[in-house]
Amino acid sequence: MAAVEQQLSEPTASENRFGITSKRSGGADERLASTGWFKKLIQRPEAGAAGGLLATIIIFAVLPGASNLYSLQGAMTFLTLSAELGIIATAAALLIIAGEFDLSVGSMIGFAGVVIGLTVRELGFPLWGGIAAAFAVAILVGYLNGLIVVKTRLPSFIVTLASLFILRGLSIAITRAVTGRTQIPYILQDVPDPGTASLFNGHIFTGFFQWMADQGWIAARSDGVPFVTGVPASIVWWIGITVIAGYVLTQTRYGNWIFATGGDQDVARNVGVPVGRVKISLFVCTACAATLLATIQVMEAGSADTTRGLLKEFEAIIAAVIGGVLLTGGYGTVYGVLFGSLIFGLVQMGIFYTGIDTDWFKVFLGLVILAAVLVNTYIRTKALGGGRGR
Amino acid sequence: MTSAPAMELRGVSVNFGSVKALQDINIKVYPGEVHCLLGDNGAGKSTLIKVLSGVHKPSSGEILVDGNPVVFRTPRDAQALGVATVFQDLGMIPMMSITRNFFLGREPTRSSLPFSRLDKERANSVARQAMADIGIDVRDPTQAVGTLSGGERQSVAIARAVHFGARVLILDEPTSALGVHQAAMVLKFIIEARMRGLAVIFISHNIHHAYPVGDTFTLLNRGRNRGTYAKSEISRDEVISIMSGGEDLKAVEAEIAGLLASIAERKATSPAA
Repeated sequence: MAAVEQQLSEPTASENRFGITSKRSGGADERLASTGWFKKLIQRPEAGAAGGLLATIIIFAVLPGASNLYSLQGAMTFLTLSAELGIIATAAALLIIAGEFDLSVGSMIGFAGVVIGLTVRELGFPLWGGIAAAFAVAILVGYLNGLIVVKTRLPSFIVTLASLFILRGLSIAITRAVTGRTQIPYILQDVPDPGTASLFNGHIFTGFFQWMADQGWIAARSDGVPFVTGVPASIVWWIGITVIAGYVLTQTRYGNWIFATGGDQDVARNVGVPVGRVKISLFVCTACAATLLATIQVMEAGSADTTRGLLKEFEAIIAAVIGGVLLTGGYGTVYGVLFGSLIFGLVQMGIFYTGIDTDWFKVFLGLVILAAVLVNTYIRTKALGGGRGR
Repeated sequence: MTSAPAMELRGVSVNFGSVKALQDINIKVYPGEVHCLLGDNGAGKSTLIKVLSGVHKPSSGEILVDGNPVVFRTPRDAQALGVATVFQDLGMIPMMSITRNFFLGREPTRSSLPFSRLDKERANSVARQAMADIGIDVRDPTQAVGTLSGGERQSVAIARAVHFGARVLILDEPTSALGVHQAAMVLKFIIEARMRGLAVIFISHNIHHAYPVGDTFTLLNRGRNRGTYAKSEISRDEVISIMSGGEDLKAVEAEIAGLLASIAERKATSPAA
């Protein structure tokens, strides 16, 4: 060690005529700016989405006519919209963080609904059987999507674009061949297990809401039944999925592998991360999330429609991007997606309540996604210490 | 050097089609030794490192670890036998934290279920300690690796290899992209690793970085081993001369001197501007 110290010695006196202070003179690096709590806060990936949500809430609070949005009824309506999007967006976000896309989510919603409808109505399955069949199909579809992406190394964008068309086509073709129509009505009629449906279309805390109505705290109809009978199951599913996904992503080994797979899959593979398994399992997750949403919709409507879920894959990606997930993978949080979904539902209902022509919703979406991507890029650069790195 | 070599190559050749990238390479690396592989561009350094780390399989010859012949099918096989390679791209993910990178693929958990909880406190403290052990002071193990300087990243990669029980540490041009101070820092870590009894294989084309820390020098030129020397047997200038093919460099120097002379001459004869 002594020899090394000598070879790597401090600058000699003659070198010091330039007034150089040794970098090894001890103490912290003076160039390291102290990081305040505020800077730390805005460096979090969901910071942009949280700010956006706050801005959206304030804008609709001051806009005329939008006050209904913040009534209990209005809130439940936009929360239900957010929940339906959030369920698929959360799964889509995990997949995007792992560096892949699933464009077949929307078609999978339609296809899963058709599977439930046909198995229950045409094959006489009980509801739970139809739902189980839909999930089995979803696992297969997700597995195949993932397997093709992993084995061929083709961009998932192309592979799942193919699935998008195949699944939508199958939904329409099979339904029309079997029933002669593109809708399957009366799914909930005469089933042996009507109780199963309440897992997806029921409400919780109904007693509490009834009690609040009895106290006159929330609006109720003339017969004393409140307009909002409870928290819809879709919101419960959404929160549950967000909490589980958030836990898995940040607190588990598998979550670490998701980040690594999206960050640099070659590096991840070299240190022993099962990159292929991570990706395939996440494709299964997105297909299953689509199927869960399909189940909720079928149970609420009592019918399946082959056109359900149209463009939902893009809404899911938008919600994820608004939530701070990088489209290039390797970075993002589930809680950001929660905010993204909330913004989405809030704006959709807000535009309706304020009486703005709802045609403008899509214009708004386009602008928001552009802004979100710009903010994300900026925040990521900040997170990596101001432009250094890739 | 009485003990057996930690890693040995016997008559290793690698052919890519008709190109003989490496021919009949024999190298012995002992524990507690820094073995420098030196060579100019195209000497076969990169190919050799890929053979050592399990990326390429030799076309002929054998690899021995602790005296036993082994076959590496993947880099993981090499890692399992304690042969850790720090590549130039470092094998780290810039957007992930130091700790997450440090433990990637070997995350400590509190139980063995697939969704068992990461032991973050332990991971952070172990990562911090492992780096302190080889003399790196980490300010915040949760900061992204992308925020670190090149030398710091190199240090994390070395600390990771040492911590996970590497007995042979292969460093691919660890100082080439670094400034003077950072290169010196990395050289210090190499010495630390050697003192812990690791066999270090240090690949470089920079003799000024390799010579101070090296115990043994193997010189590669055009895919062949031009000899292995102990430090006492060879001087810095001799190493440079063999690395570059000796005469070549002198010829180039003479040519440059001639050019400069002719330029000076032209200036002198041309009318003053």
